[in-house]
Amino acid sequence: MMNEAKILTANWEKENSQSIEVYQASGGYDAARKALGTEPEKVSQEVLDAGLRGRGGAGFPAGRKWTFMPKGTDRPKYLCVNADEGEPGTFKDREIMRRDPHMLIEGIIIACWAMGANTAFIYVRGEFSGPADITEKAIAEAYEKGHLGKGIFGTGFDLDVFVHRGAGAYVCGEETALIESLEGHRGNPRIRPPFPPQRGVFDMPTTVNNVETIASVPYIITKGAEAYRRFGTEKSAGTKLFCISGHVNNPGVYELPLGYPLMGLINDVAGGMINGMELKAVIPGGSSTPVLKADECANVNLDYESLQQAGSMLGSGAVIVMAQGTCMVKVLEILAHFYAHESCGQCTPCREGTGWMAQILTRIHKGQASLEDIDLLYDLAVNIEGRTVCPLADAAAMPVKSFVSKFREEFEEHVEKKGCPLSNPFPVLWK
Amino acid sequence: MALKFSEAIEAEFGKICGRYPQKEAALLPALYLAQREFGHLSNEALRYVAQRLDLPPARVYGVATFYTMYNKEPVGKYLIQVCTNICCSLMGGDHVFHYISKKLGIKEGETTTDNKFTLMRVECLGACGNAPVMQINDKYYENLTKEKVDRIIASLE
Repeated sequence: MMNEAKILTANWEKENSQSIEVYQASGGYDAARKALGTEPEKVSQEVLDAGLRGRGGAGFPAGRKWTFMPKGTDRPKYLCVNADEGEPGTFKDREIMRRDPHMLIEGIIIACWAMGANTAFIYVRGEFSGPADITEKAIAEAYEKGHLGKGIFGTGFDLDVFVHRGAGAYVCGEETALIESLEGHRGNPRIRPPFPPQRGVFDMPTTVNNVETIASVPYIITKGAEAYRRFGTEKSAGTKLFCISGHVNNPGVYELPLGYPLMGLINDVAGGMINGMELKAVIPGGSSTPVLKADECANVNLDYESLQQAGSMLGSGAVIVMAQGTCMVKVLEILAHFYAHESCGQCTPCREGTGWMAQILTRIHKGQASLEDIDLLYDLAVNIEGRTVCPLADAAAMPVKSFVSKFREEFEEHVEKKGCPLSNPFPVLWK
Repeated sequence: MALKFSEAIEAEFGKICGRYPQKEAALLPALYLAQREFGHLSNEALRYVAQRLDLPPARVYGVATFYTMYNKEPVGKYLIQVCTNICCSLMGGDHVFHYISKKLGIKEGETTTDNKFTLMRVECLGACGNAPVMQINDKYYENLTKEKVDRIIASLE
């Protein structure tokens, strides 16, 4: 089953897979040509029928998102491609840009045609200068072939695509912060409404889509919605790039149909646990998603519904695997410091709350906390979520709530023993 | 002497400004150009960028201090940033940091006396499948081992 699901990764193993020649040799840019010969509404409908959901984490139907863009307006419209990949555990968009940037560019052409946008910005996180350079080179190749620019494929459709580099700020992966950043501002998320399709970048109608979402589009246009739906489940259609990291033998990016068993990913696809260690816990969808204990993983499948049923989320498809011997207090301390560092600071509950949570966790890990501090920590998480402009506070609260409720005895042990009972908080020795 | 973009950077600046319908949107790329040209973003460099984009200096300062990749202080020739977020830590990221710290005799945020290396911790670099990872200037170094770290540092002249 897993090996036939090659949509996003179809070209990855080919030599020079990032070049336009290799991409075109297997029918690349035919989907864009086909789309430009089809009415824009029908293109959106096909993507909606395919059941493609946003791959950045929220899982909103992509085709529907496109229909929110106003029609019959002479205001310029924009597509922003979110390549600000920063959710800890996530490293898939980097691979798309490095290994098949033309699939992304072709998806951009189709999406812009469907929405009537004549400009697209690919917002790449600043640290990804390598992938950004490769993508810029691919854009230049596409211009040279007449696939971008004025009157592409001999139609009257004009499209410009630019790479815009971020400069180190996790919050800019949130779509309105991304828009602010693109305008040259601090990445402070905006209050909605108005939503980006009404007033987005430069105050104009804007749609923000994740790299993987856009890269999935050419296949849908070439093969049709039905073909895409052969993969995945009824509500979670298609394939997804799963990023598996942590204590497994073969970490990496794997394309699997949605609905693939979590334990199958860990044991079969990623080669099982390092040194035959026992599984302790899994963060299934990026650092913000609630943790699952080993015994909760048995019957979980990797799709939006199954993970929700298990009390977590598919998120960005970032599966972080932790073996027995991992200190859960240390893990949470690291995550809490990350969110405190990345809070943009505009909402008080998040700015103050993430900092407090980080400090309390450092105290607990160092053995300087009391049992009441564990309740205070949980209480803070409950009180910051849902009270801020953007979901960063929720993202910081979810791990705290799940770690404390599922591994409470470890937190108490740190308090009682006045410090971490382990000599090394992680069971893998660095050599 | 007042700061000024060189001819090559000036050409890039012009190209970047042409991409956006509003001048202010060129601020992030312009700050990168200034950092490349002037080494780090001193207040003087920030004022220069502000003047070039017709922005209040305070606005430019606010943006430059929001993003971690703009260096407001001078850094060494090689800026070593070790990821110690969760996926790297699970595979020894913290040990990588301490190993380099000891090897170079500098703590977090410090620069060696010969101005060659600056050492920092950094949040997730988005290469978690190849943990532990560090970034030196623009380049990623992945699947780090002690031997690999030694080799990489020895190769930097």
